[in-house]
Amino acid sequence: MSKSNIETDAGLNVRMVITGLLLMVLYMIIVGVLLALKLSFSFVIVIAGAMLFSQYFFSDKIAMFSMQAHEVTAAEEPQLHAMVDRLCLMANMPKPRIGVAELDMPNAFATGRSPKAAVVCATRGIMNRLSDEELEAVLAHELSHVAHRDVAVMTIASGVGMLAGLIGRMAMWGAMLGGGGDSRNNNDNNGAIELVVWLLSIVISIVAYLLTMALSRYRELAADRSGAILIGKPSVLASALVRITGDIGRIPRTDLRKAEGMNAFFFAPALAGGTAASLFSTHPSLEKRLDALSKLERELNGHA
Amino acid sequence: MGLFDTVFGRTKQVQPKLDNLFALPTAALTLRTNLDLVPSGHAGLCFKAGSGESEVNSDADIMSLLNFEAGADAATIATDDLGFKWLLLTNDDLDELVTRLHSANETLVEHGLGARLLCAVFGFSPVRLPGEGAVKMVYLFKQGSWYPFAPVNAQDRNNELELRVRTFLGSDLPIEKDLSRWMALWGLPVN
Repeated sequence: MSKSNIETDAGLNVRMVITGLLLMVLYMIIVGVLLALKLSFSFVIVIAGAMLFSQYFFSDKIAMFSMQAHEVTAAEEPQLHAMVDRLCLMANMPKPRIGVAELDMPNAFATGRSPKAAVVCATRGIMNRLSDEELEAVLAHELSHVAHRDVAVMTIASGVGMLAGLIGRMAMWGAMLGGGGDSRNNNDNNGAIELVVWLLSIVISIVAYLLTMALSRYRELAADRSGAILIGKPSVLASALVRITGDIGRIPRTDLRKAEGMNAFFFAPALAGGTAASLFSTHPSLEKRLDALSKLERELNGHA
Repeated sequence: MGLFDTVFGRTKQVQPKLDNLFALPTAALTLRTNLDLVPSGHAGLCFKAGSGESEVNSDADIMSLLNFEAGADAATIATDDLGFKWLLLTNDDLDELVTRLHSANETLVEHGLGARLLCAVFGFSPVRLPGEGAVKMVYLFKQGSWYPFAPVNAQDRNNELELRVRTFLGSDLPIEKDLSRWMALWGLPVN
């Protein structure tokens, strides 16, 4: 694959390497614990591997399904396709498939295990709210995720947490079975060890989760940066971010009279209030992203 | 919903909360001082016309129920593109407008249309045109809460202005906290 033209940020790279190293250390601790436990090592690896593999291999289908998105052809969404065509030519990368989700919530995402199998998807809400220039900036951000292979990176990173959780569950069952019933010979001792393993695995899951989130935020900043450089105007991406995150992003475009069947006449809202917010929890705060973009704007204008 | 409603799969119709309407005149003063917005004199009551469940079906039935005096208020009934009925009132005095609308509400509730009330809308326009554009204050009967709606054209709304209205009115009106309930009312017949 030819390397894409999207530039990288040295500082971010350092932080990502450090986070990655910490995750590797966690991997080693887990392996050590597994060996100490004398659990069926291969069994754990096979299960964790299968789960990770399916998440990695079917990432595009899973994400498209959970966002209720469908793929669109150039005939259906000519403008969206034209924008992505131009951006891919500029970034010298293969054109991903394009999807649209018929949701009012403004959002966009990129998924797929490799740049060749990638899908870039936008909701109807984001297309309605943003100007053409702002939409192009958001698409550039998503294409940067594709170029950075973020699905692969994040799948591997989140694998640690999953593995730890799996071991914790197995150890918990072990402790429960060992603790009850017949307590002859070494069973008491085994039960205690398994309890410790269970607690340890909880701690590891939490640390792994926090590290994964941190890594995800760095990848977001990296995608912001590359996307802004690709379109050459960080301020446009900044204004798009202001328009789709925070309070403004949550005010709907849907008509009250059309939504009354779902929302107004019933007390349980059709969409939970926190849906949009929780999607952004893996993202840096709006202030941080805007700061980084305005710094980039100064750099591009030669005032480093 | 109670346990038995859940077990038997019944839904009680939610009855409207009418009283928070009277907070509007105080809020109107705040809107005038802080955002240069004055009442436009127009208000609308939006409800879904049912069939068969009450004796009021035609526009004439509804008008005769409401029993408005001629002259003081101009009241008309309109049906919008989405099939909702609008009772439209005009009165330059906001206090009277609110009272009128409230009595219309109560009449509709008495005649079994309470669960069909969707929202009430009061128009506000800039003191000096063009200003920043008009704002409608929308009252949700089921939630008993208010929110601003500032349409710019057929499908865009001025979110910045709406959020500023919330900032200023937060203490005067029960503003809907869940922003995802600030639904649009495109092409509404209230000025």
